[in-house]
Amino acid sequence: MQRLIEEISQRYPVTDSKVSRPDQSWITVPKEKLVDILTWLKSQKEFTHLAFFTVVDYLEQGKFQLTYMLHNYKTHKDLGVRVLIDRENATMESIHHLWEHAHTFQREWREMFGIDFPGSPRVHEPMILEGWDGPPPYRRDFDTKKYSEETYFPRPGRETHDPREHMKKKLYPEES
Amino acid sequence: MIRPKQDIDLRSGKYLKIWQGPNHPGITGNMSLELTVCGDEIVEATTHVGYLHRGFEKLMERRTYIQCFPIVCRIAVPEPDYNEYCFTAATEELGGIEIPERAVWLRMLILEMSRLASFLMWIGGQAGAFGMGTIGQWAVAHRDFMLDLFEELTGGRVYHMYIIPGGVRGPLPEGFEGRARKVLDKVEKLLAEIEIVMFHSVVFKMRAKDLGIITQDMVDQYGLVGPNARATGLARDIRKDQPYLYYDQLDFEVVTDTKSDAYNRAYLRWREMHQAVGLIRQILDRIPDKGDFHVKVPNVLHWKIPAGEAYVKAESTRGEYGFYIAADGTEYPRRVYVRGPSYSTAIPFMEDLLRGVNIADVAGLNVSLHTYPPEIER
Amino acid sequence: MDEEIKKPYEEMDIDELIKSQPTDPVLYCQDLPKPSKPLGIYMEKFLNWARANSLWFLGFGTGCGAVELRPLMTARFDVYRYGIAGRPTPRQSSVFVIGGYASVKTIKRIVRSYEQMQGPKFVIGLGSCTINGGMYWDSYNTINRLDHYIPVDVYIAGCMPRPEALIAGFEKLKQLIKEGKAEGANHYAENFEWYKANQKKIIKDWNMPDYNW
Repeated sequence: MQRLIEEISQRYPVTDSKVSRPDQSWITVPKEKLVDILTWLKSQKEFTHLAFFTVVDYLEQGKFQLTYMLHNYKTHKDLGVRVLIDRENATMESIHHLWEHAHTFQREWREMFGIDFPGSPRVHEPMILEGWDGPPPYRRDFDTKKYSEETYFPRPGRETHDPREHMKKKLYPEES
Repeated sequence: MIRPKQDIDLRSGKYLKIWQGPNHPGITGNMSLELTVCGDEIVEATTHVGYLHRGFEKLMERRTYIQCFPIVCRIAVPEPDYNEYCFTAATEELGGIEIPERAVWLRMLILEMSRLASFLMWIGGQAGAFGMGTIGQWAVAHRDFMLDLFEELTGGRVYHMYIIPGGVRGPLPEGFEGRARKVLDKVEKLLAEIEIVMFHSVVFKMRAKDLGIITQDMVDQYGLVGPNARATGLARDIRKDQPYLYYDQLDFEVVTDTKSDAYNRAYLRWREMHQAVGLIRQILDRIPDKGDFHVKVPNVLHWKIPAGEAYVKAESTRGEYGFYIAADGTEYPRRVYVRGPSYSTAIPFMEDLLRGVNIADVAGLNVSLHTYPPEIER
Repeated sequence: MDEEIKKPYEEMDIDELIKSQPTDPVLYCQDLPKPSKPLGIYMEKFLNWARANSLWFLGFGTGCGAVELRPLMTARFDVYRYGIAGRPTPRQSSVFVIGGYASVKTIKRIVRSYEQMQGPKFVIGLGSCTINGGMYWDSYNTINRLDHYIPVDVYIAGCMPRPEALIAGFEKLKQLIKEGKAEGANHYAENFEWYKANQKKIIKDWNMPDYNW
């Protein structure tokens, strides 16, 4: 896997890389080069299977991290490709011409995180939520407990004694 | 191939739009299909999901790692152990914990038992979708025997929460092996009867052959995994290619077929049920009697997992089932993503495969692809 | 002589087409649901006995709980000897078993199916998610209290309840019906505005009728 990463870094700028298992590694690449890298990996290096792509919200740094996971069925290796995009006016290039099922992922992330993928087919259709008019729910600044208490009537009599807080006070009283 | 939606003139009297609603036949889950039909043949189809969305990934950000376990197993209901295994393995990889040998064998045992129970439910649904209701009754009844075994081992019929960080929750009870072997004999007898009743039946052959054909070039374009892809001839199985737990010590073969239509896929899954029975027998022979089944982990209420990312996958009944965790050094996970194998099968693939199918065969095709809505929208 | 020249059918817009259909008040029911009154003491006892011994439930598995509803129909638990059978359409069923959590999308379909059922009708809430939200209590998409949206007669606690617990729940429902206390449908008709207000608060994509038909 290290050889593969070196080969990629000779052709494209790779900012960060890690080999976590003998058959799995991760690289971080800049946003503009992503479609080129994925096309090269798919056609030249036989990473033909897109397992998923997902979004991680780093609220403190103001960035979204998109992770694309590719798999090579000949050498049985996983490669995770990460890019960082801005949280304000988040847009990303679409990869629906490479894999047919990518447009479903893009539809879901547009609904859940608010990231726009211009050109992706049917990306504006709501997929999971119906009649949702609030902020994109998977962002970290959306408080789901507050929303649930205001909209759905909670039954009185439910108390939450957080077991973590209770054990913390019991075992480590000097920390609290 | 993505074809943009055709402009069908609904007023011309030739087309009719019907919904096959969330009450889904085949007991797979709640998903609805909006079909535009011309006579008896489908012209366009759209899948609607979202009836079972609970926002798992958002809920897991509010809970510590150990508090996530009760909700993780409810993501894919008939086979809850794969979720627990993938989440636990990813947590242990990030936290740097090694589990003892006996725990590995016990994990493999419960994973294979869960696979068998899920397949039994599936075959009931597949036969019921084509009108053969008795097979559903037999299969669900035998699944009840497996659920009794689960109850002995873990305490719960459907949701087990048996695989936890550090190993498993308990050893095998007294006499479990004898009872398990009896149940396996019963299941094998049932499989022999199902072959005669279902696969030799003229009705099933007529309806299921040449239904929903998948070719090899569709497999990588749409990201298909599992028995759907294996029936086209590609021998892809995570247990053989990237062995996890101790699957490299067991003796089994990857089951493939040459042409992927509904009949051959059902036959392939029938053979995989035999494979699962054989694997459980091998595992029961090799479980060590002595040894730790659980290793000590740091106090789970204060367990801070170091920052990093991990992706662990397992071969479930439908294919590649994976959990991706991004941790940031606190007690709460930053992001947990569940990769369900029927994500790409249900929405983009089924809409293309349903063109030209009769209305009566839609349920059969849906179950034959073994789509599972709860893991699509989590 | 001053007749409107009617446009031919093919040239009309969709809205014009809808407006041009006759709205015969006899064909569409615009009445609100009415509570039903008992027919007489002994007649009502006989009818309650008949209703209790042939409870047909709607085969709509709304959540996790549906996986323990299927073994009930096999030979081991055999719920058919109690007179309970599954029906595919709400027009032919009298019990609605809500298995587990209900998301916003599902509660709309549940309300629609419930209103299509013909009285006397009963609702069983299965699992702890119908009681107080269960383990999804802080989710933005699942409801916390089912009885604010449709009336519930019997709750069965557990996650999942075993099939024996389900049978015990059906027995309790039969006992309530025979005593004449299972009045969920009448409660719905009497407090119709309150239920509708609760439903409209969470179902934003409202394209459902405001009356039962």
